[in-house]
Amino acid sequence: MKKRLLALLLLTGLLSAALTGCGGGSTEQASGDGQTANGSAGARAQTNEIVVGIAQDLDESLDPHKAVAAGTKEVMFNVFEGLVKPTPDGDLIPAVASGYTVSPDQTVYTFTLREGVLFHNGDPVEMEDVVYSIERCADDSEGTPLIPALSAISDIQSDETTLTITLAQPDSEFLSYLTLAVLPADYDGQDTAPVGTGPFKFVSRAAQDSIVLERFADYWGTPAELDKVTFRIIENADSLVMSLQSGAIDLFSHLTTTQAAQLGDDFQILEGTMNLVQALYLNNAVEPFSNEKVRQALCYAVDKQQIIDLAFDGYGSPIGSSMYPAFQKYFVEDLTDYYPYDPERAMELLAEAGYPDGFTMTITVPSNYQPHIDTAQVLVEQLKAVGITAEIQLVEWGTWLDETYTNRQFQSTVVGVDASNMTARALLERFTSTAGDNFINYSDSDYDALFAQVQTAADDDARTELYKEMERNLTEHAANVYIQDLADLVALRTGLEGLRFYPIYVLDLSTVRYAQ
Amino acid sequence: MRRKSMNGYLLAGLVLTGALTALILLGLVWTPYDPDAMLAGPKLQGPTLAHLLGTDSFGRDIFSRVLRGAGTTFLIALSTVAIGAVCGTAAGALTGYFGGVVDEALMRLNDALTAFPSILLALVVLSILGPGNKYNVVIALGIVFIPSFARVTRAAFASLRDVNYVKSARLMGASSGRILVRQILPNTVQVLLPALTIGFNNAVLAEASMSYLGIGVTPPDASLGYMLSEAQGMLTSAPWYALGTGGAIVLLIFGVGLMGEGLQRRGGEVA
Amino acid sequence: MLLVTMVIVSLLAFAAFDLISGSPAEIMLGTQATEERVAELEAELGLDRPFPVRYLSWLAGFFTGDLGTSYSYHQPVWELIAPKVGITLCLSLLSFLLIAAVSIPLGLWAARRSGGPLDAAGTVLNQLCMAVPPFFTGVLLSWVFSITLHVFVHGQFPDMGSDPGGALGYLFFAAVAIAIPRIAMTVRMLRSTIQAEMRRDYVRTAISRGNDRAGVLRRHVLRNALVPVVTFLAQTMAEIVAASIVVEQVFAIPGLGRLLVSSISNRDYPVVQAIVVILAFWVVLAGTAADLINQRIDPRLRLGGAS
Repeated sequence: MKKRLLALLLLTGLLSAALTGCGGGSTEQASGDGQTANGSAGARAQTNEIVVGIAQDLDESLDPHKAVAAGTKEVMFNVFEGLVKPTPDGDLIPAVASGYTVSPDQTVYTFTLREGVLFHNGDPVEMEDVVYSIERCADDSEGTPLIPALSAISDIQSDETTLTITLAQPDSEFLSYLTLAVLPADYDGQDTAPVGTGPFKFVSRAAQDSIVLERFADYWGTPAELDKVTFRIIENADSLVMSLQSGAIDLFSHLTTTQAAQLGDDFQILEGTMNLVQALYLNNAVEPFSNEKVRQALCYAVDKQQIIDLAFDGYGSPIGSSMYPAFQKYFVEDLTDYYPYDPERAMELLAEAGYPDGFTMTITVPSNYQPHIDTAQVLVEQLKAVGITAEIQLVEWGTWLDETYTNRQFQSTVVGVDASNMTARALLERFTSTAGDNFINYSDSDYDALFAQVQTAADDDARTELYKEMERNLTEHAANVYIQDLADLVALRTGLEGLRFYPIYVLDLSTVRYAQ
Repeated sequence: MRRKSMNGYLLAGLVLTGALTALILLGLVWTPYDPDAMLAGPKLQGPTLAHLLGTDSFGRDIFSRVLRGAGTTFLIALSTVAIGAVCGTAAGALTGYFGGVVDEALMRLNDALTAFPSILLALVVLSILGPGNKYNVVIALGIVFIPSFARVTRAAFASLRDVNYVKSARLMGASSGRILVRQILPNTVQVLLPALTIGFNNAVLAEASMSYLGIGVTPPDASLGYMLSEAQGMLTSAPWYALGTGGAIVLLIFGVGLMGEGLQRRGGEVA
Repeated sequence: MLLVTMVIVSLLAFAAFDLISGSPAEIMLGTQATEERVAELEAELGLDRPFPVRYLSWLAGFFTGDLGTSYSYHQPVWELIAPKVGITLCLSLLSFLLIAAVSIPLGLWAARRSGGPLDAAGTVLNQLCMAVPPFFTGVLLSWVFSITLHVFVHGQFPDMGSDPGGALGYLFFAAVAIAIPRIAMTVRMLRSTIQAEMRRDYVRTAISRGNDRAGVLRRHVLRNALVPVVTFLAQTMAEIVAASIVVEQVFAIPGLGRLLVSSISNRDYPVVQAIVVILAFWVVLAGTAADLINQRIDPRLRLGGAS
């Protein structure tokens, strides 16, 4: 018996030795406040912090002007601000500017710099920084500027407190673009250690693991309620529900109804709109989707409402073009039912296009987004009914971004496309034939011409009409199989409150707080 | 030496595996519902007579899905073992029988390969061939299983090289090929059969693991591994999905494992 | 032997990716890159040098920490791996200790009972345990211990440096999932080895002379039976590492597993190469340790050299 005890002791000793050895290797990643991260949800309430789950790692660079992925912009919304910023109602309010005026002909914009705005590094925001930030996004010396719409600027004048921007033509949407992040002019570490003016400041990032933000105490406006927010990356959609149930995560947006239904009393499920155009995006440059009839056949073959009912328990708004209902001004309702569900018509069109027996296609889906995977699964079944054999190819988010989005090596893909700011242009410009982010290779001269007219449109009404024409063009030519604007089901741990939804794809954490 | 006839383990294993194989074969041609058909029943329903394992979040019949998933897993494991056994036995026979430098070199290579965890090696091969394709999974796993079969058969062939009946066959002028196939091969069945059962089980496990990770077989060829990962996402609302899928893997391996146990006991203790 | 194996393993890993994967420069630059730019980057990365030179400099990277740059993360490979490697090695070590600690006493106990219905039940149970895939056990364990009983927080892996106890507790459940089938295998193996040993002449003689059975078992049989068992355990290390990769996904443990899987999907070869070689080295190291232990147990092995 004694020997056994000895063996046990020895084993324990070995184990602890092994652990110290292992632990030693990773001490460097332990941040100073590693203690608090270990607590359960209750402990986090004590320290006024939360853990937010996100489905993907952020872009490799955190520089807000270079961010591509909607998921990156969603998170960094808390760190950066522009001269103006959006509100949950869809308005723009002054942020780094304290106010602005627009000339009656909408060509001259005058901003007054807000006094006492500090960057997260402690430096005051000066006019020089603002001008630098705008010019950086407007710079076209290396091809297309970061924000193409800024090429409308003909002149920028500034003194210490006022900034005057003159446009070549009037543009009622121009103000939306000045939500672009104001960055310090003399700082070159934005890629890895971003510095902005938002309510939260960036603390650290561990690739593939987490991003930590802390409340910025010297924020010019209403300070954030929470002291600390940790974004934890959970790429494995299957273990997500477990992590929520176990108490590892306090907030997760973009859940499926199946996931949400499992959460029980620990969570409140908030419902908003995702503000994405979810579609089966078709590569218009490859066979058979280069044939318009095939694309239209697909549109007839897909029953949007059934997708919403089956995969999302009825939550979600069907759409018919690259516009979602939150943009009331631009949303064209009758396009939604332009292609009613009609499998027979679909088969006729396929036969006309030379595919009487259907064909085989691949649907690429990023494996970390359960809503898109579920949608694709229903699509496969619906397409089967008209003789099309669709195969789902699940890929890592990084692969999707590189191969599907950037290199356009795909047949079709189910994703959601967001608007980077509250303009119709943000959704529609990408389908002009020369746009760098036209990943579906849509090429239609009428569409390009319409977009050219938008640039010189006399007034806002004319512009709106033109945008609607562009949406109609996309629908008529069946650029993609439009499905829905997903319902955004957000799981928020019971005891937390104050989350607000926006008409764009962002997650504002500044108002989230523990209920007293 | 124990009795050379049947034993309880072999019998139980044969019955269980036979029943499962019959079910799986049936599943290849007929399932109660189309495994992919949505709304085959109400969503997320528990087990009933109409749906033996209930339904998932799309209202698909889980029993039909498990049956088809088991079929995929079963076929992949079979093809994998076939590749491994044929190539491995050939390699083992040649090197074991002829010996020499090639034998030395191959055995060293073999040793080095055992340092590679089998799934890891399969993952490496798969990453080169391209993940997410069932044929690549079969090739990757097949390659991985060659060394273990080679090792087993090599020993058998080397030991049988100099037994009397082989020597006499050689003296009578039989060609090497004839000796290998006609004289020695039938006598290696004793060691080959248990190796086949172990290989099959390893193949089922490896395929399920890779598909669980999402780099093995992906939809529409859902295998048990992928389905278990899917089931994990609805564990609380449809636990019978995870249990049914996991249970199917366990039963499949358990049956063949019992057969292997029985075979080994029949052939004496082959540790 | 250790060196030879390591060289072969690393050479295989390097050559496989080097010869088949195509030019990393092309991958990094995408399909629209110009030929000059590709050539330029190849020179920059040293890809224009002959194969042996590249292999040696890559191998040297394991000592200097320069393992190249990840294609998909554009970060040095070592920086990506460093915080994760300890976790995976710890998990495999913990599983290994668990297997050894449970299976050796259990195997001894089982060896004393032979025949009868209990033996048969044991064999069936043993086969059943072997049939449970670690990731399935993992799903069940998280369901019971995390979601139902809240013993650990699934998805929140405690930091190794500041909370080693918590991290160990978390890893423990993963280790159990990994260990169950291996324990079954080891017990089975130990049992048959001991029983074979017990039938040998010297044991029979010792017992017939009136030495008590348990004493003989402890003094002589165990010693001889341990050699193949230690070798067997060392071989399980390979399987443990493989199982760790899968089980890490189940428990959302931030080890090498997740990185390896995503790197394979992303075809991020430098990362895959590095992880594969590190894990293989770890397995080879375990094998060598087993050889050394065996030589302590059975001094005869020292003469003939470990084989």
